[in-house]
Amino acid sequence: MNDKKKMNETKRTFLLMTIPILLLFIGFNTIPLIRGFIYSFTNYKGYGSYDWVGLRNYIDLFQDARVGKSYLFTIKLAVVTTIVVNVISLVLALGLNSKIKFKSALRGFYFIPQILGALVVGYIFNYFFAYILPAFMQMLGGDGTSILASTKWAWVGIVIVCAWQSVAMNTIIYISGLQTVPEDVYEAGAIDGASGWVKFKKLTFPLILPFFSINMVLCMKNFLMVFDQIVALTKGGPAQSTESISYLIYNNGMAGGQFGFQSANAVIFFIMIVIISVAQMTITGKKEEQL
Amino acid sequence: MRRKSDVNWPVTILLILGLITIIFPLYMTVVIAFKQPSEMTNSISGILSLPKSWSLDNFAEAMRVTDFWHSLLNSVLVTGVTVVISIVVHSLIGYAIGRNKAKSKFYKFVYLFIVSGMFVPFAILMMPLVKQTAQLGIANIVGVIICYVVFYMPMNVLLYSGYLTNIPVALEEAARVDGASTWKTYWSIIFPIMKPMHATVAVLTALGTWNDVMTPLVIMSGSGMNTLPLAQMTFQTQFGANYNLAFASYLLALLPLLIFYLICQKQILNGVVNGAVK
Repeated sequence: MNDKKKMNETKRTFLLMTIPILLLFIGFNTIPLIRGFIYSFTNYKGYGSYDWVGLRNYIDLFQDARVGKSYLFTIKLAVVTTIVVNVISLVLALGLNSKIKFKSALRGFYFIPQILGALVVGYIFNYFFAYILPAFMQMLGGDGTSILASTKWAWVGIVIVCAWQSVAMNTIIYISGLQTVPEDVYEAGAIDGASGWVKFKKLTFPLILPFFSINMVLCMKNFLMVFDQIVALTKGGPAQSTESISYLIYNNGMAGGQFGFQSANAVIFFIMIVIISVAQMTITGKKEEQL
Repeated sequence: MRRKSDVNWPVTILLILGLITIIFPLYMTVVIAFKQPSEMTNSISGILSLPKSWSLDNFAEAMRVTDFWHSLLNSVLVTGVTVVISIVVHSLIGYAIGRNKAKSKFYKFVYLFIVSGMFVPFAILMMPLVKQTAQLGIANIVGVIICYVVFYMPMNVLLYSGYLTNIPVALEEAARVDGASTWKTYWSIIFPIMKPMHATVAVLTALGTWNDVMTPLVIMSGSGMNTLPLAQMTFQTQFGANYNLAFASYLLALLPLLIFYLICQKQILNGVVNGAVK
């Protein structure tokens, strides 16, 4: 009898711990999500009255050149930056994990970019691209214009700033991965004559594959949602060549009177992120199984 | 043959040279922040040379223009309150979920439901949240804090419930046999035992909220209040072409976390690693 009472008390307490917090989550995550979905079927401007327009927004979305351009730009940026960041941070992690002097000081320094705010870093680099880099280029015979003013090269500037910050985090994750590789694996490998690139490809990389997949998923997700760097560096310009999806939704949805239309855009964006993340995790999950 | 303890000098030197990429932007920020506009000639040497005098005038002016102390206070308030609520609330639900999800379908569902929130981009919540916080009368600092507590819930629930699998149930059962309630057992035994995870959650949540711009931008921009990063955006037009003033302001915005990082570098790095690897 007493035992049963105890069970009920435990169950009730667990429910009391869960339900209110779950309701908070539903209130500020699930309900806005559903409301966003509902708005996507309206011509709501963000104020005043609105009508249902059915799938109109979604049909328009796929014919809108500006939206299409922002998807192409965002995906290009995310893919290129993810590759750049992972290559650099893997090399850096291998270096920082080898037998070097000042190990902890160096690791501490290389992590600094991660703790700085992306917006402020963006403003600082904006100045660098606008004044310092052109002056350097002029000395080398360039024409002295800012890469951020060029429709062809502005996106490279954004890649550089995103990478400068993200390398820090990814390096730390790779270092903790490298530390899980036991020394005797290398010793056994050395007996078999593995060294350099072969050692990395056959021994190190397979063992840190789980960390590689964390980094890939984190990177892709973060860069697909890029916003601060766009605000600080280009504001989507020149000629809308660097308009990321988040920036377009913010800009036109909040201030441009396209609340309903951009809600539809956000729904498609959400679906895309889910598909890409799930695909990444299935692919890397399969690779890990093979090993 | 090289001995095992030999220092790899070529790699050490390469890594030290590589630090230029980290230090150069920071150096540039510092020298520009201390200079007067008249010292900024068009050549690189004019921009990058050391200032003639290390005067703090730019900083005083930047503090005045951006209402620095208010922005700083808001940032500290938002980050501090978010971290404290997150630790209390997320560990609580993380505990309930962690202890029940193996045997109860309901808790398993709640777990997946909350954790899948990680894939919801802010872009889709943004516009409805602006409406919702305005309707509830919390289009201010309170609304921002509530949003953060909800946004960081998926990651933190994942971390806490994962950490709990390493804590044996026997501890709680012993306490329960002694007659303590589940609630009391939690606060006296489990909460203190999860201290390493509290540190991780605190570091990750604090880094994210302190530097975030988008949430305060859309939710509290109407309230006339700023967080430190948001103020850099709001006052961008007031800096005009006075880059020295702007850079003094940027440096002021970066300084609090840089100082914090210098003091607790080890804890921050450990926290980040713990969080990422779990």
